[in-house]
Amino acid sequence: MSQDTELQRKKTSWLVAKLGALVVAMFAFGWAMIPLYDLICEVTGLGGRTGDQYTYDPAQMQPDTSRLVRVSFLANTNAGMTWEFKADRNSVRVHPGEVREVNFIVRNTSDRPMVGQAIPSLIPGNAVNFFHKTECFCFEYQLLEPGESMEMPLRFVVDPDLPPNVDAVTLSYALFDITDMALR
Amino acid sequence: MSAVIDAHHDDHDHHGPDKGIGRWLFTTNHKDIGTLYLWFSFAMFLVGGVMALIVRAELFQPGMQFVTPDFFNQMTTMHGLIMVFGAIMPAFVGLANWMIPMMIGASDMALPRMNNLSFWILPFAFAMLLSTLFMEGGAPNFGWTFYAPLSTTYGPDSTTYFIFAVHLMGASSIMGAINIIATVLNMRAPGMTLMKMPLFVWTWLITAYLLIAVMPVLAGLVTMMLFDIHFGTSFFNAAGGGDPVMFQHIFWFFGHPEVYIMILPAFGIISHIIPTFARKPLFGYDSMVYAIASIAFLSFIVWAHHMFTVGMPLAGVLFFMYATMLIAVPTGVKVFNWVATMWRGSMTFETPMLFAIAFVVLFTIGGFSGVMLAIAPADIQYHDTYFVVAHFHYVLVPGALFSLFAAAYYWLPKWCGRMYDETLGKIHFWMSFIGVNIAFFPQHFVGLAGMPRRIPDYPLQFADLNMISTVGAFVFGLSQLVFLFVVIKAIRSGEPASDRVWEGAHGLEWTVPSPAPYHTFTHPPKVPESEMHT
Repeated sequence: MSQDTELQRKKTSWLVAKLGALVVAMFAFGWAMIPLYDLICEVTGLGGRTGDQYTYDPAQMQPDTSRLVRVSFLANTNAGMTWEFKADRNSVRVHPGEVREVNFIVRNTSDRPMVGQAIPSLIPGNAVNFFHKTECFCFEYQLLEPGESMEMPLRFVVDPDLPPNVDAVTLSYALFDITDMALR
Repeated sequence: MSAVIDAHHDDHDHHGPDKGIGRWLFTTNHKDIGTLYLWFSFAMFLVGGVMALIVRAELFQPGMQFVTPDFFNQMTTMHGLIMVFGAIMPAFVGLANWMIPMMIGASDMALPRMNNLSFWILPFAFAMLLSTLFMEGGAPNFGWTFYAPLSTTYGPDSTTYFIFAVHLMGASSIMGAINIIATVLNMRAPGMTLMKMPLFVWTWLITAYLLIAVMPVLAGLVTMMLFDIHFGTSFFNAAGGGDPVMFQHIFWFFGHPEVYIMILPAFGIISHIIPTFARKPLFGYDSMVYAIASIAFLSFIVWAHHMFTVGMPLAGVLFFMYATMLIAVPTGVKVFNWVATMWRGSMTFETPMLFAIAFVVLFTIGGFSGVMLAIAPADIQYHDTYFVVAHFHYVLVPGALFSLFAAAYYWLPKWCGRMYDETLGKIHFWMSFIGVNIAFFPQHFVGLAGMPRRIPDYPLQFADLNMISTVGAFVFGLSQLVFLFVVIKAIRSGEPASDRVWEGAHGLEWTVPSPAPYHTFTHPPKVPESEMHT
């Protein structure tokens, strides 16, 4: 009998150790979902997150003059953000492979210095990986004095490999107040 | 019967419970801990129920009557959290503690000290959660799903207490689950192979694995929230490069298995009660086991059906839609088996059986509205309306909760050695049955007509149905006091119960005396063929 109990105790400790390892593994998996999510978004274009700065090489990319793609711009301020924020035009038509520049205008309407950060999002998802920004104000934050305004350039090129069924993309910017975060 | 219960004990086992409060504080006895869990969950059920009645009272008429919109939101949030984590889950754990060792012929749970710990964490967790009601800024008001950034950027200061309360509940559930798995896998009496285990044990074994798989994810999620709130990280803050939609993915990766954690043990209970009162063995035992396992597996790959409106590519929508509908197949198998068990049985309708039959009927209605919600294009209209509220209350109240009532009436005579009052039990049943349908059925209609959930006010055209719903909710709420009375009356002055209690009951738990002695099966019993499930 006591030998049985001893054996059972051993079996139980081993099982509990395995289950404990499963708990730790699932906790780790919860955190691993963050890079996994980013990876899936990056590969599929879900979430509309456009990539980092792109180096444009004219030799590599021939403008495709047979196609015209309409790129529309949305400029929004997030809740609690008091700045004025708009694009200098609503949309442009571009040939894939051709570099274009659009200006966004921003003004700090408050009476204190503030820091803003624009976050881009692009639809449709299958165009996200074919929209390249060679220069964008969204790569850095903006510090504006009270009443100060600024023209911010966005320079982009649509990849000639853009899926053929896409003839219009919409690029949206949400402007966040990150003054507190920047101070920290 | 006495052939099964071994008469000779080891010396150190031969004692009853300690005296006084110490018995409950330091107990490692599975029956004591089961009792603690059950009473605790009933107390939480009443607390959460009062919150639901505050919500329903406010919705009795359009316009603002009793509470502020912010307090209304606190009530819906706390009601959800308390019912899920404080009432339904601990009640099932309590049943597992009481019944699993007796069903498999084990002397106790495998890890009795950890068992004590996993219970005694809970009062602290819920004291912490409830204390937020009295804090400046109020309790959590962002819904039980606590979506970021509502709960991070815009949450009240008390959110931190909520986070630590969830950590504690998670720790308690994980320890409870490890204990159950260890007990079931290592402590079964000789001859009880896995495919001969009672179904309640099977459902709990699988539920315990679900708990171990998803509670750590929930712990990780609330930890990320904690970092976002206090340490300047941006997991869910778009301004810092995070993504609020990711919150929903992680939450529902936990959340969908969680809803099956609350229903699988109910399936087990019903699979005991229907054969007992139909006086026939359960139809399709093996298919029941496979159905539970399939439902558990599918629960991990359907989470995004809660998120059809947040944006997904078509392929994703289709996958989650079809995977969700697939769950109807194993669930249909179970419902079929229960009905087939009753087919040509010599049925009697004692209170546990009434609750069990109501479970089958009403849970199926909840399942059907679930299939409706799974239809992605239609879900865009149903999303966040009262139709969703009606759906999940149909599966949780006449589903999970009715199974708990059924279990309480079914095993109460074994626990306290006395019968409950059958007439009062039936009054409780009919009040609950009528109340629950009056409360929740109209919510389907207001939902389809476009009434959003979690809003304290509504346009005039929803007034009549909301009034009916509130009346039903109060009938249902008050009938639970009848239940409390029935239980207390049974414990104090019920007729003595026989060992078998129910004529058609089979299983090891019915071979021990009523009330079940403090220690049962100190030596593994030989399981008689007549008590086996197949």
